Formats: sequence, structure tokens, C-alpha cells
Amino acid sequence: MNVWDWNFAGQIIPALLNGLRITLVATVLGSLIAFVLGLVLAILGRGPRPVRIVVRAVVEFVRSTPLLVQVYFLFFVLPTFGVVLPALTVGVLALGLHYATYTSEVYRAGIDAVPRGQWEAATALSLPRSRVWTGVVLPQAVPRVLPALGNYVISMFKETPLLIGIGVLDIVGQVREVGGQSFRYVEAYTIAGLLFLLLSYPASLAVRRLERRRAVR
Amino acid sequence: MDNLGTFLSVLSQGLPFTIIATVGGIALTIVLSFVAGLALLSSSRTVRIIARVYVEGLRGTSEVVQLFWIFFALPVLVGFQIVPIWAGILVLGLNHGAYGAEIVRGAVQSVPRAQIEGAIALNLTPAQRMRRVVLPQAVVEMLPPFNNLFIQLLKSTALLSFVSINEITRQAQQVLVPRFNPQAFEIFLLLLVMYLVMSLVITAVMRTLERVAAARVGRTPSARSRRQATGAGVA
Repeated sequence: MNVWDWNFAGQIIPALLNGLRITLVATVLGSLIAFVLGLVLAILGRGPRPVRIVVRAVVEFVRSTPLLVQVYFLFFVLPTFGVVLPALTVGVLALGLHYATYTSEVYRAGIDAVPRGQWEAATALSLPRSRVWTGVVLPQAVPRVLPALGNYVISMFKETPLLIGIGVLDIVGQVREVGGQSFRYVEAYTIAGLLFLLLSYPASLAVRRLERRRAVR
Repeated sequence: MDNLGTFLSVLSQGLPFTIIATVGGIALTIVLSFVAGLALLSSSRTVRIIARVYVEGLRGTSEVVQLFWIFFALPVLVGFQIVPIWAGILVLGLNHGAYGAEIVRGAVQSVPRAQIEGAIALNLTPAQRMRRVVLPQAVVEMLPPFNNLFIQLLKSTALLSFVSINEITRQAQQVLVPRFNPQAFEIFLLLLVMYLVMSLVITAVMRTLERVAAARVGRTPSARSRRQATGAGVA
């Protein structure tokens, strides 16, 4: 038996690309949740003291524990409360929640970097609280942290394969299917690895360029 | 709540695997981080390129894929199967070592130029310069990011449940949940708390090391390290 069979490699590519589509869908939707929820957590983290303490505790707990266990948690615990969701939805939720705790730290750093004078000026102009956030603070904080958010999207992309734990047929799920049928794993896992590299390496180069451009300014 | 004792004892049976994988993974990560991190700064172009390929290759692919590749593809290529826990440690070490290499490189580069010039003026050999002057200062800078990386590694040990290593996540998901499905909430909460405790232990050890390393070069720990350490991912 040859170690590498080009014919077989060609045959499995459509299935792998199909799996890649699911991986990308999970990454995009998970990122959207992480971007929005992270911002909410960051703003709540600057709220009154009791709120701040609860938010900090939740964020620390979620980021100190494995994403895979959180995925299982949602997958097995939600049904006991009568909420039955498709595996991919559970996966997207878990990815979004987990990464929201990372992005909240990123936003927090961005918000902290807005000079005090900006807050004072906004107060002096007696802008309403919501205007201060949407009109003054966030437009300065968010562009600054875009590269860091980009890094987390790439990192999430590489973590989505753990959704196979709850039966999502992403790229690695597809590899397991085709590998299991034919007992040929070398081609399938190697191509899967290369596909990840092919997408995430240019993306991380792009983020690094963005970082440098911001640093120069 | 009455089954809590059972849950705790079944999960504890997986604890040795989680701890061995974490400690072994951390040891391999440290070695690879320093080897690859210093190789990234080598004066030889070939060495730099090899280190770069390792770092980008491992950081650019998914850890789950790396794990399965070592488990299913490597045995076909080399003709023998590695003991699962060793393969697990290998993947954890190789993957996190690639991230650690960038930490080492960054920390070594952050040592002020004047320190190196001073060492040259004192006629120290390149090896002495690195060991006596550069590294003791660089290590102080490395410890806080390494703390994050090690917590990241601890969290990654949960992935080993995919390859039949009976660590704590697998104990919960394969042994407890099928039997006590309605109590999934308690089981997974307990499991999460176990991970939290282990990550607090890692942080406590690293804080101590930070103080020792900083005192050795006559400093107090930097403000950065006093902030709550976190398991944030690094892309």
C-alpha cells in the first residue's frame, strides 16, 4: 500500500471543502457573537461595582476553562432545561461565548487607551451617557483594537474542529468520515492541515501588516 | 446533589492523565520555546528559516488536526504507534512550543542594547553574554506571557479526550454523562471548577517564579504581571 495516493487525495477534496464551509460558517457566526457580546461585557465591566465584580468573575472563569468542556456543557445541559438546539448552533454559541471573554479584554484595553480628556470633554458638553460611548469613546477605541480582534478570529478558526466532539461535520469531521471508510488517514489529515495553513497564514500576515500600519501612525 | 461523591471520584481517576499531560507538555514547551526562540535570532540564515517554518507551520494549523495527524497519519509513515499519552504530550509541546518561541524571541530582543554592549566591553564570550546577561533579564519578561501559554496548554489537554486518553474531560463525557444524563449540569460544572483550580495553581507557581526571577536581577515584578493572568489565546 502506497503511503500517499494522489487519486484518493483528489477524490476526498470535495468532501473536505464541504467541511471547510461548515468550519467557516461557524467561525464567522461565532466571531459576530464574540464581537458584540465582548463589547457588551467590556462596557458592563466599567459599570457600577457589583456589576463589575460579577462580570470580571464570569470572564475569568470562562477563559480559564477549556472551550471543549464549555461546548459539552451547553450541548448536554441545555436539553435538561428543555432547550434542544442543533449541534452547529450549540457550537457557534459556545465559540461566541468563549471568545467574547477574550474580546472583552481587547475592547477594555482599547477603551482604557482613550485619553481621560476625551471623557472629561464629553462630560463638559453634558452629552448623554449613550452618546459618550457611541460618539466619542468607541469610535476611538474600536479601530485601535481591530488587529487584536482579527487575531482572535484566526484563533477561533483553528479551534472550530473541536466541535467534532458534538458531531458537527466540519472539515475534521469529514476527514474522520472518509478516513474511517477507507482506512486511509495520511492524505485526509495532511490536506486538512494544509487547508488550515492556506487560510490562516495569509490571514495572520494581513493582521500583522495592519498592526504595523497602526503602530506607525 | 447526592451523587457528587461519585462524580468527584470518577473525575479524579482522570486527574493523573490531565496532570501528566499538562506537566509533560509544559516541560516540552519550555525546551522547544528556547531552542526555536533562540534559533529565530540565529545569525545563520538556514537555522532562522528552519525555526520560522516550525513556528509558522504549527501556529498556522489547528491543534486538533495536529493531534489526529500524529495519531493516525504518523504511524502509517513511520510504521509504529506511539503510546497515546506520549503522543498527546508531543502534540501539546510542539504546538505550544511554537507560540513560546515567539515569547522567547520577543523577550530576548527586549533586553536593552546597552546591556549587550556592556557585556562585550567586559570581554564576555557570546555564550557567557547570553547566559549571564541577556537571559536572566529576558526570563523576567517571559514569565507573564508563559503563564498565559501554560493555562492555554492546560485547557488544550481536554482535546486528548478525542484520542481515548482517559483524562478528566473524557471521564465526564464518556463515563458520567451517559449514566447520569439529567445531572449533566453538576457534572460539567464540577469539571470546569477542576480546570479553574488547576489554572489557579499554575498562576500561583508562575507568580512565585516571577518574584524570584525579578529579585535575581534586582527588580520588583513588573506592573504587567500583577494584573490578573489570563488564559487568552494567541493567534
